[in-house]
Amino acid sequence: MDCSCTLTKTLQSPALVRAFSLGLLLLLWIVAAELTADTSVLPQPWALWPSFAEAAASGALPYHLGMTLWRVVCAFVPAMAIGVALGYLMGRVPAVDQWLDPWLVVFLNLPALVLIVLCYLWIGLNETAAIIAVVLNKIPNVATILREGARALDPNLGAMAQVYRMRPLARLRHVVMPQLAPFIAAAARSGIAVIWKIVLVVEFLGRSSGIGFQIHFYFQLFDVAMVLVYALSFIGVMLLVEALILQPSERRVRRWRTA
Amino acid sequence: MIKVDVRQKAFGEEEILHDIRFAMEIGETVAILGTSGIGKSTLLRLIAGIDPAFEGRITRPEKIAMVFQEPVLLPWRSVLENLTLVHPELGTEAAHSALERIGILDKAQLFPGQLSLGQQRRLALARAFAGRPELLVLDEPYVSLDAATAEEMLALTEALIAETGPAVILVTHSQVEAHRLARRCLRLTGRPATIASDLATGSALLSRDVHHDRA
Ligand SMILES: Nc1ncnc2c1ncn2[C@@H]1O[C@H](COP(=O)(O)OP(=O)(O)OP(=O)(O)O)[C@@H](O)[C@H]1O
Ligand SMILES: [Mg+2]
Repeated sequence: MDCSCTLTKTLQSPALVRAFSLGLLLLLWIVAAELTADTSVLPQPWALWPSFAEAAASGALPYHLGMTLWRVVCAFVPAMAIGVALGYLMGRVPAVDQWLDPWLVVFLNLPALVLIVLCYLWIGLNETAAIIAVVLNKIPNVATILREGARALDPNLGAMAQVYRMRPLARLRHVVMPQLAPFIAAAARSGIAVIWKIVLVVEFLGRSSGIGFQIHFYFQLFDVAMVLVYALSFIGVMLLVEALILQPSERRVRRWRTA
Repeated sequence: MIKVDVRQKAFGEEEILHDIRFAMEIGETVAILGTSGIGKSTLLRLIAGIDPAFEGRITRPEKIAMVFQEPVLLPWRSVLENLTLVHPELGTEAAHSALERIGILDKAQLFPGQLSLGQQRRLALARAFAGRPELLVLDEPYVSLDAATAEEMLALTEALIAETGPAVILVTHSQVEAHRLARRCLRLTGRPATIASDLATGSALLSRDVHHDRA
């Protein structure tokens, strides 16, 4: 009784639950590797260590990780900025929504791969094309989420801001943004996950650096261990970003709800 | 000078207000009475300039404040910031004394959601007066408060009006409130609503109307 009580209490700690859930995934991997019993298909987690140490020591892993991260940031910032602005306009101005909605549907349903290939063909096999391809892939998502947010803005607060003649900047910062914050956070979290996957495809197809390029390289060598090392390293970085940046900032903007 | 001349206000096909005309001076208080759903809040939104879609003309001063039917505070900003962000020209000191006036100085750093409804309404009232408005629009500011709290707020409003001296337009269901704050009373009736009577109020009228309500 007492023991089960402490267990439930422990399990209520979000950090512990997270660790526990990730541990379960690891366990699944170990069991699967045991069942395959072929290191060239699926090595055990600990069998990756030598490959990881080698890649890290040679400097290849940090370099390619850095390149991919850099591309993710370069694509994330404009995609969020443009997507938020576009979504807000579409949610507030019906005429803009009517005109842009068909575009949104087209771009939402355009496979990422097609956009990437077209960007490479039209702009060339360079960094600009890579970033533009990712940005174009992400904007419609962000815009769709933000449009819902802009539609849900409280008209009473808008009326209040209008009657009291709040300055446009103050209105944006203290009236509009706090209402959009949950939507922006949702767009950012789903956005960053999608963006790094698209960046990988972009690198896979036409870059000579980055995790995607390395995965392409080791794919041709049929080196499963290295493919996993690169993929997992980046997942690790993204988990850190999530835990150290996204979650704390989300908690901060939600503080008033829980107070 | 405030001049209201609403020839027509409709939502879609449904005409809500028709030929509502009155004028008032700064310093004068007018009460607007009428049954629920008649169009009082709609009229106030026209007067405050929130809703520009109507036929007619309204002359209003620059500085307007409104107390809405709900408190309409910024739930994500502290009680103090709810005053200072809306009125940046108001110093922290003045904001603190405004909070002290309404008796929630100790709650300055809390979020509005942590206040009781009565306290939230008082904060909305403080916010309205903080800008020293020339026109103050009150939409049933004391509704759903217990009698003692409503009385407290009524007294507070009286004091603040005496200090600031704005033109006040007050919507209420309560004859007592109307007669206590206002010297003039407009009654809306009909569909679309028009002004049925424009009366100067007085204690004699008060007793008659109260009697009438009971009957
Ligand atoms: N945005 C709107 N669209 C359509 N109809 C509306 C809208 N706003 C108000 N109405 C209608 O206008 C009429 C008047 O509403 P209003 O809110 O002004 O009433 P009220 O006199 O303030 O009532 P109460 O005392 O209950 O607050 C109602 O019949 C309402 O349904
Ligand atoms: Mg109303």
